[in-house]
Amino acid sequence: MDDIILQFINGLDKGSAYALIALGLTLIFGTLGVVNFAHGMLFMLGAFCAVVMQRILNISAVTIDETQKDFLGRPLEVKTPYAELWFGPEIGQVIVNWSVPLSLLLAVPFMALVGWVMERGIIKHFYKRPHADQILATFGLAIVIQEIMKEIFGANPIPVPAPQSFAGSLDFGVLLGFDPNVIVYPYWRLIYFLFSSVILLAVFAFLRYTTFGMVVRAGMADRETVGLLGINIDRRFTIMFAIAAIVAGVAGAMYAPINSPNYHMGMDFLVLSFVVVVVGGMGSLAGAVLAGYLLGVLESFASMNTVKDALPGIDQVIIYLTAIVVLLVRPRGLLGRRGVMED
Amino acid sequence: MSRSRFTRRGVLKSGAVAGAGVALPTIFTAGSASAFTNEPTGATVTFGFNVPQSGPYADEGMDELRAQQLAVEHINGEGDGGMLNTFKSALDGSGVLGKKVVYVTGDTQTKSDAARASAKSMIEKDGAIMINGGSSSGVAVAVQSLCQEAGIIFMAGLTHSNDTTGKDRKANGFRHFFNAYMSGAALAPVLAKAYGTDRRAYHLTADYNWGWTQEESIRAATEALGWETVETVRTPLSTTDFSSYIAPVLNSGADVLILNHYGGNMVNSINQAVQFGLRDKVVNGKNFEIVVPLYSELMAEGAGEAIKGVYGSMNWNWQLDNPGTKAFVKSFGEKYGRPPSNSAHTCYVQTLLYADAVARAGSFNPCAVVEALEDFEFDGMGNGPTLYRGADHQCFKDVLVMKGNENPTNQFDILEIVELTPRAQVEYAPDHPMFAGGDLGKCNSGA
Repeated sequence: MDDIILQFINGLDKGSAYALIALGLTLIFGTLGVVNFAHGMLFMLGAFCAVVMQRILNISAVTIDETQKDFLGRPLEVKTPYAELWFGPEIGQVIVNWSVPLSLLLAVPFMALVGWVMERGIIKHFYKRPHADQILATFGLAIVIQEIMKEIFGANPIPVPAPQSFAGSLDFGVLLGFDPNVIVYPYWRLIYFLFSSVILLAVFAFLRYTTFGMVVRAGMADRETVGLLGINIDRRFTIMFAIAAIVAGVAGAMYAPINSPNYHMGMDFLVLSFVVVVVGGMGSLAGAVLAGYLLGVLESFASMNTVKDALPGIDQVIIYLTAIVVLLVRPRGLLGRRGVMED
Repeated sequence: MSRSRFTRRGVLKSGAVAGAGVALPTIFTAGSASAFTNEPTGATVTFGFNVPQSGPYADEGMDELRAQQLAVEHINGEGDGGMLNTFKSALDGSGVLGKKVVYVTGDTQTKSDAARASAKSMIEKDGAIMINGGSSSGVAVAVQSLCQEAGIIFMAGLTHSNDTTGKDRKANGFRHFFNAYMSGAALAPVLAKAYGTDRRAYHLTADYNWGWTQEESIRAATEALGWETVETVRTPLSTTDFSSYIAPVLNSGADVLILNHYGGNMVNSINQAVQFGLRDKVVNGKNFEIVVPLYSELMAEGAGEAIKGVYGSMNWNWQLDNPGTKAFVKSFGEKYGRPPSNSAHTCYVQTLLYADAVARAGSFNPCAVVEALEDFEFDGMGNGPTLYRGADHQCFKDVLVMKGNENPTNQFDILEIVELTPRAQVEYAPDHPMFAGGDLGKCNSGA
């Protein structure tokens, strides 16, 4: 029982990352009708915002320590972050330590800019082109950005630790009446789950309860009619693209302590997030979120030793197997709308 | 009306004789002008460096390439000479057999098919006489097989699977790097000393050739100590989030987690295991421990704080205190501003060893080089007295047991040397069950 509860929590946690990425992908597809294969790249750029913030906060004054030697036997260069010099060791270390949450301050404007440039510079030229053209253009863009990031940051994963305050795990078991240390879960993963829930709710509330959101939803339903009413739907769609980029970016930044950022992490998530979108139903925001959590939970259960013993290799195919079953039973996906991606 | 003097039979006969006449000298000249594949005829000889220049191991590949370039400089008599000052060599600093060494590079992408394609191109288009490099056992086995068919010497880079010099060994292939069996043999006594002989181990293993041989080796070594193997779980190579594999470890009754992972897999799995609080747990009255059988400096950098206090093994490390290591670290460090990794070291050494073997053999003929390398004993290359065993083309030397440094003083000393395991402790018979089923075959010169 404890294993099942643990894997369920783990599945929700995994699913929260899938849901966040798939939500952004669906926002872009639902509003602009664009199949964005560069969406995983936006997630990766967000993760590197955490790396950049970590490096900014670690900009250091260099002093020479004659008593210590480097690997070539020369006097050692000792680096002390300016944050520690300016605010004292204790506060300085806390600032440096909180680089991941602080990176959101960088990720939001940076990703908005990236989204705006991407939409105005490339995507808008493909609105009326076939989906295959959109896929080629955005996939090409993803590869270019990926290689640029590799040139700048190298191919190795870069460790970005969570704040020290969130190191360690919460003993869930005790809260649920189990023995101590039976069901424990890392604090930072719980923070990520809560963070993604807040973002998901915020996006839904924004679309549901604001005038802007109402216009966007109307545009998603019938773009031409909204345009005929004199509303500049294009401008709003550009903003939606930027919002989708921000969602992917902040998801990536907060994910950095879980999966050390590397240049190909966007590609790792890309295929998965498309499966989530298809299972959820093309163009359905609620479907993307539901499918994200569902696939996360199924993936976790499929990794259990008892399941793997009974069905060897199931952990490698469960997501795709689920997609096949869902598409056979409900060809439009779990919450797919009629007419979306249908001739 | 005149009759033609040409008959059909006459034309055929004449054609056959003329054809044979034209072909005959070619057959003889082909044999005499090129006695083996890519025999160098000009003032230069070309080495082919096949390393990952793109893909997840690109940083490791770049470090290999730096070392290979340095080796070429030293062979050609440029720079400070590096290990040629400490290794008793037949090279005189004027290239190899009077020919200046030049090189071409290929990108393996850490994919077997891409690695074979780039090696093939370097052999067929660029005339490479020897192929060196790589950061994966899958790549090493594939390229080694290609070189065997082509009549080229393959000096493997980083490849740790038992199979490279086990069931997939080839006469034209040589491995300086250590292997999974040696990791297990070196680590086991240190683990027994540190954690005792009454332990329960849980293995997470990358689901491919290297992972399987690593698991088999470390499992056999730890079970011989008295450790019990609680579970062995295979994880897909593409996994980035290991949480669903780590969660079951918590209540498995295991008190040691052995991560048979390398590269990005290792970086993520160890970080996530630490996040799950495994290292803070007390199980069976003992502190929970993590072991990473194969370490690399670059991956250790990626893992960050998570590797502190974690045991693993290495082929070589820049902190070793011997003349060969010091000479190489000085050359490499002054040129590139950082100490070399153990994959850089093995590629550097392999390039020098090949050049030296050619010089000793007095020929670039692959079969002469094979003969020169087989059962060759040497020193001054940073690992102490070393043997290139003729029976399987595996190098035998001391193995390093490492531990994540608890208090690093700079970005490079993140690992510390715990023990230098003597060569005798990691030796095994060529027909050991973990290496069985292979046959070197005969050397192929391509003639």
